[in-house]
Amino acid sequence: MFFRFSHSLSMKIKERVIKSILALSAFISIVTTLAIIGVLGRESFTFFLTVPVTDFLFGTHWEPLLEPKSFGILPLMAGTLLIVIGSGMIALPVGLLTAIYLSEYASNRTREIIKPILEILAGIPTVVYGYFALTFITPVIRIVLPQTQIFNGLSASIVVGIMILPMVASLCDDAIRSVPVTLRQGGYALGATPYELTKSVTVPAAFSGIIASFVLAISRAFGETMAVTLAAGATPNLTLNPLESIQTMTAYIVQVSLGDTPAGGIEYQTIFAVGGLLFIITLIMNIAANWIMNHYREVYE
Amino acid sequence: MVVNNPVLKIHNLNIRYGDSLAVKNCSVEIEKNKVTAIIGPSGCGKSTFLRTLNRMNDFIDSFSLDGQILFDGVDIYDRQSDPVDIRRRIGMVFQKPNPFPKTIYKNITWGPHINGYKGNFDNLVEGSLKGAALWDEVKDRLNESALSLSGGQQQRLCIARCIAMQPEVILMDEPASALDPKSTAHIEELITKLRKDYTIVIVTHNMQQAARVSDYTLFLYEGELIEYGITKNIFTKPDNQQTEDYITGRFG
Repeated sequence: MFFRFSHSLSMKIKERVIKSILALSAFISIVTTLAIIGVLGRESFTFFLTVPVTDFLFGTHWEPLLEPKSFGILPLMAGTLLIVIGSGMIALPVGLLTAIYLSEYASNRTREIIKPILEILAGIPTVVYGYFALTFITPVIRIVLPQTQIFNGLSASIVVGIMILPMVASLCDDAIRSVPVTLRQGGYALGATPYELTKSVTVPAAFSGIIASFVLAISRAFGETMAVTLAAGATPNLTLNPLESIQTMTAYIVQVSLGDTPAGGIEYQTIFAVGGLLFIITLIMNIAANWIMNHYREVYE
Repeated sequence: MVVNNPVLKIHNLNIRYGDSLAVKNCSVEIEKNKVTAIIGPSGCGKSTFLRTLNRMNDFIDSFSLDGQILFDGVDIYDRQSDPVDIRRRIGMVFQKPNPFPKTIYKNITWGPHINGYKGNFDNLVEGSLKGAALWDEVKDRLNESALSLSGGQQQRLCIARCIAMQPEVILMDEPASALDPKSTAHIEELITKLRKDYTIVIVTHNMQQAARVSDYTLFLYEGELIEYGITKNIFTKPDNQQTEDYITGRFG
């Protein structure tokens, strides 16, 4: 028998075109990333020609818009850390417990109700979360603790915690559910209760995934912008008191971007330096998360 | 068939997944300190039947059953019966070795530990590993990960983990089907040894294996109990034509 592949040439061209389109799509994100790094790098470089790096990293006053100017990032860093720690204290434990409940205890029906709700929570625009903090959480805090300022880190931390909670829950749930069912059965066959099984078999086996989800969530909290801009205030403040008005790195960038700061001046360049630092922090955290996931992945077979 | 000293008595058992009947009106008695093999073609309900005996099917939403499974005279599906307690007394070894990603030592001690074992753990580990014919191979590496063992060693570790609980019955779901011939021989040898202290129910699709290791054989076909009897009789002069067709390889 003899087959003649009469379409082979046009097929080859078609394959090549498809491949180019796919490669181009992948290329777009690479180019964008490189362009952002380029812009951040260039503007930060000019900034650091005037302001020494050590003054920037270790200075305790952030007053770039008023004379006498000072460019110490620590107050913004403290504000960001306050949000990260506060939101982490809420989202990490609650997210992990939610995941354990969903994967080990909840019936399929309960799961089918809770999962979409978590997805809705993850889909709410962050600016709405900011409003929610300002108009609901803050007044409630002020009833309990009247000395709380209108803009404060606590309210913003809570709302960022709620915001990253679905991400922690969903990633931890994935990690726990990826523990082989045979391992679970082995545990149950030895007379384990669900709690014992979770505590000493599934959660330890899913540990790397859980830690990676924590790191990703924290990295998200570092970069969170709208909610903290609205709820935490615009006062660079070297404090870890959650009841005071603060400013995060991201909120500062918003403030300058929205204001009438002329392009090209030192004030303008500050946002690139701050943005660059933020970029480096989140990049390191994402790399760390990936490294943990790959490095400590349990081998089951 | 009536046995002398039954440890499990199953009466009119029907097992369903949703609307489909997986095991039909099955009545069997399992004799103490003997090896009972369950054979039958794939999908005949033999694993379902086995897992029902220590309530491992409880995790499947669509699973339901009627009839009775009496263990020491108590119905294990009675509202009063605690599945956790039943699984302590009726252990299970699975098709694929499934040691925990922990040390060899901890694989053995975990079950007894969570169930409040008060004795000496070192002795327990040594005794269990010796019971599973694994001690000599691993005695110098008890603190290494169980995952560093070969497949056959892992399966023997799972048997050791099971006997560390001192169960009355051990259920084995095709325990050698994922292993090479040499490891299989090891496991079979072990089964014949374990019969002294435990009642063993083993599911296998390997008829030679059933013939080699078991005292009684139970043939299931499409969820129905076709024949149950002394292994030697089943394999030499079965009463039922279907049994004969199956063991001579005419189907299945």
